[in-house]
Parts: sequence; C-alpha cells; structure tokens
Amino acid sequence: MQLSAEDLHVALGRRAVLSGVSLALGSGELVGLIGPNGAGKTTLLRALAGLLTPDRGDVLLDDTPLAGIPAGVRARRIAFLAQSAPVHWGLPVAEMVALGRLPWRAPFAGPSARDAEAIARAMAAADVTAFAGRRADTLSGGERMRALLARALAVEAPLLLADEPVAALDPFHQLQIMELLAATARAGTGVAVVLHDLALAARSCDRLVLLAHGAVLAEGPPAEVLTDPLLAEAYRVAVLRGAHHGTPFLLPWQRLAAPDPMPMETRP
Amino acid sequence: MALLIPAVLAGLFALISLAIGAVPLGPAEIVPALVGRGDPVVATILLEIRLPRTLLALGIGFTLGVSGAALQGLLRNPLADPGVIGVSAAAAFGAVTVFYTGLAGLMPLALPLGGIAGALGATVLVHGLAGRGTGTMGLVLAGVALSSLCGALTALVLNLSPNPYAAMEIVTWLMGSLADRSLDHVLLALPLMAIGWGLMLSAAPALDALTLGEDTAESLGFPLARIRLKLIAGAALAVGSSVAVAGAIGFVGLVVPHLIRPLVGHRPGRLMLASGFGGAILTLLADIAVRVIHVQPELKLGVVTALLGAPFLFALIWRFRRD
Repeated sequence: MQLSAEDLHVALGRRAVLSGVSLALGSGELVGLIGPNGAGKTTLLRALAGLLTPDRGDVLLDDTPLAGIPAGVRARRIAFLAQSAPVHWGLPVAEMVALGRLPWRAPFAGPSARDAEAIARAMAAADVTAFAGRRADTLSGGERMRALLARALAVEAPLLLADEPVAALDPFHQLQIMELLAATARAGTGVAVVLHDLALAARSCDRLVLLAHGAVLAEGPPAEVLTDPLLAEAYRVAVLRGAHHGTPFLLPWQRLAAPDPMPMETRP
Repeated sequence: MALLIPAVLAGLFALISLAIGAVPLGPAEIVPALVGRGDPVVATILLEIRLPRTLLALGIGFTLGVSGAALQGLLRNPLADPGVIGVSAAAAFGAVTVFYTGLAGLMPLALPLGGIAGALGATVLVHGLAGRGTGTMGLVLAGVALSSLCGALTALVLNLSPNPYAAMEIVTWLMGSLADRSLDHVLLALPLMAIGWGLMLSAAPALDALTLGEDTAESLGFPLARIRLKLIAGAALAVGSSVAVAGAIGFVGLVVPHLIRPLVGHRPGRLMLASGFGGAILTLLADIAVRVIHVQPELKLGVVTALLGAPFLFALIWRFRRD
C-alpha cells in the first residue's frame, strides 16, 4: 500500500505552510520527516492522514484520492499518532489501547475476538501489558508514549503516521520508541515519523524528507540528506560528525550566522 | 447487563413515586389502575397526576444525565453541563416570553411550546455562530454568549413585568417543578427527548475516541463536525423540551456523570446511558422528596436538585484534593 502527496499546497490563515510538497510512503519503510520549527512537518503529516484538506494538490492512497475514501475505510488504512496526544478522563491503559479498534467495530457491537487479539499484540509490542490496568493519567512520559503508540499499533493499519513521538522523552525511551517504529516498519507497515533529533533520524530511518519553508529541500537516504550544506540551509547549524563501528552519527554543534543580505563590497 | 441494576432501581423508584402523595396508594391499587381497571378515583389520581409526574421525572432526569455526560465528553471538560450550550437559558427565555405576552393563558401547552421554540432557535443560533471552522472552543463561546444574552433578556422581561404577581409567577416557574403536569406535557416533550437521546447515544464510540483529542478521533474515522452537530442537536432537543415542560432543573447534568464515571471505567461513551439512568433516579428521588417534605408552599424540584447536587460537588472537590 502506498500513500503519496502530489504538489500539496496548504495555507493556514494567510500564511502558506506547504507550497508544492510531493512525497511517497510505501510499505515496510521508516521515513523520517525532518526540518526546523515551522517548516510544515505537522501540517504535512495531518494532510497525509486526511485530517486537513489541502488548498491544492492531492493525497493519494494507492492512486485513489484520500478525500474520496470514506472516513471509516481511511481509518482502517492509516493509523495516526498525534503530537503530545492528551488522554482525558484517566482511561485505563487497556481501554485506551482498545480505542484503536474502533474503526473495525460494527455499530453498537462490542469488541470481537480479533479485536482482543490485536489489542494484546499491540500491548505486547509496545511493552505496556504490565500496566494494562493502570489509569493513563498516572503513567510516566515514557510509559504514556508507549501506551499511545500501542493504541496506534492496535489499528493494525498498513500505514502509520507519528507526529514527534519522541519529543519530551529521555534518551532511553527515545531509542525504545524508535526501535519500536523500526520493528513495525520491518513487519511491513509503512511508517512516517516527524523527528527533531537528527542523530536519531540518521540512526533509525530508511529515508529522510527534509522540509524547509513549506517545501521539500532534500529527500533520500540519511547520508544524502544530512549533509553540511543542506543542514546549514535548513537549520542554520553546523554539526560534528563521527562513526561508531562504521555507522555515522552527527551532533548539532554550532549555530550559524544568518545569511548576510548585503555582500561586503557593496557596504558603505 | 451492567445497566440492569440502574434500570431496575429506576423502575422501583418510579413505583414509589406513583405510590406517594396526598393519597398513599399500594401496589394492589396501582397495578389495576394502570391497566384501566379498579377504582376510578384511584385511576384518575394515577393517570392524570402521578403518572405524568413520574414519567416526566424519569424523562427529564434521563435527559439531564445523558446530556451532561455527552457535553462533558464532547468538550472534555468536567464542568460542562447542559447549560453550557445556552439551550437551557434560551428555553427558559422562550417560556418566560410566553408568560409575559399573555399567550400562556390562551392554551395550556403554549408555555412548553414557547420553551421548545426558544431551545430550537438557540440550537440554530449556536451552530450558526460557532460555524464550521471554529471548533469546540467556538461552540463553547457561542453557548456562553447566548446563555448570557438569554439570561439578560429574561431579567429584562422580569424587570418589565406588568405587576409583582406576574414577576413572582415567572420566578416560581423558573425554579423548576413537575407539579400539575398532564399527560399532554408528556406527549409533547417525550418524543423530542427520545430523538435527542437517540442522537446523543449514537455518538458513543466517537466520544470514546475523543478522549485522545480531536485529531485522533478524526483519524479513527469520526468526522468531528458531524459528531459535534449530533451531540449539540441531541442535547438541545432533549434539554430544551425538558426545560420547556418543567423549568430549570440544575445540577443533575453536572453532578451525575461525575458520580457514575468511575463505575463505567471512565469511558465517556459508556457513561452516557449509565448517567442517563443515574439522572432519572436522582430526579425521581428529588421529586419524591418534594412530595414527602411537607412545607408550604411546596418545595420546587429545581431547588431540591440543587440542594442535593451541591454537596456532591463539594465531595468531588474533596476527592480531587486527596488525589
């Protein structure tokens, strides 16, 4: 199954947030959406999930425009993990994970045996089975994100879109969530994830899409996207680089000055 | 199955409600009278006085319980109650206008019809004001604005009322009561309430999904605009017709969902029906209390529900503090 965006244009109020973005997400790959704050990552992810209608351009699910697919069908194809998703009313974890099965539920029907299996699988994958009975508002940040991810995994959709799932997590839990997403992709799901951590993006993703000012600046394997000139242009930072057992890594190190609008020779 | 207990309890209190009054009646008199046999005096008392009162208490209580749970779930705010969308105030204003203009004297059902007209007008206005793009916050703002406006207009009507007697009658009506209601009131209000219940209860899975926020709910296949319309229209129809026949009955819609929530695993979808039964039981109990506590003039139902409800809120605050 393939999800693709073709020439997306989105404006929020008068500000153009996406201008002419095209990309594709296929089965079994983990694609990182990176870019500075305000680059349009979340807007792009929401458009891909069908949560906002682009002003121009199309989002296609296997060549069918997403807008023409009934909401219930779309919900079974695309799972969405929202940025800092709230959990209201102190729902127990197991009940919260079970919400992922709502798209499969017939009207006025309870959970089926298949639902129960999917919920158990998702809780085991995200390692939340041990606190299935705890109220979601008593969980730590790492536990909470794993539980939310389990909810998204419980949909068992062929595509998963996750918006900054590792923001506000400590390094242990960042690695844990990224490993979970990578394992989900290896199992055949197409996963797109919005990330701020470049080292994590380099280490975990099969492919990166670098957004800046609402457009795709570069796209490809991490080594081709995380180059010095592209990072300087998009983030205005210089990075330190190294390698561990042959795997390259990088660390944002220094802010770069804003590009000088006036060349030296023309100054008075 | 879990709803069997509250349903049986509601039925039991309904029987007590039928039995209690100036002439106490036992089951041996109630059952034959309900099926059209037995003493004709008993049948008249039951069918024309106590049955309408009991049915309205059940219907209104159920309405307030379901709508409170629905609106708290939709707005994800524990302080939301049916008043927050402005429909209660608009229905009260509609009824008060009927009082003021003298239309109430022309036909017995003019008052509830005025209330229902007010509620429907409010629903259209809130939906129009909130529009399609402003989301839940716009809805709350529109409801609060409309509620304030209708409150001010009701005060204006009181201010301009031709004599103190008329003003007193309006204030008394606003306190909420089920005394002297007939089967006509039941037939007018109950079908509208039932449509409202249906609309709200059909959105139960969407309310569950909303516990994880609007984006997640939408991604799970629940179009928010449609869900919002369903819940608001449902609450407006049911609450509007409640206020139209009984005046304002406060606190039930706010308090009952809080009492029931822990019993249904905190799921807002499942909460609606359970909270409906809870509301029916609480309102029925309050109406029985009104009749059992002999003071003159008779206590108003709205006053008793508020007196019962407020301590529950205090207890809730205490529990929050302890947690």
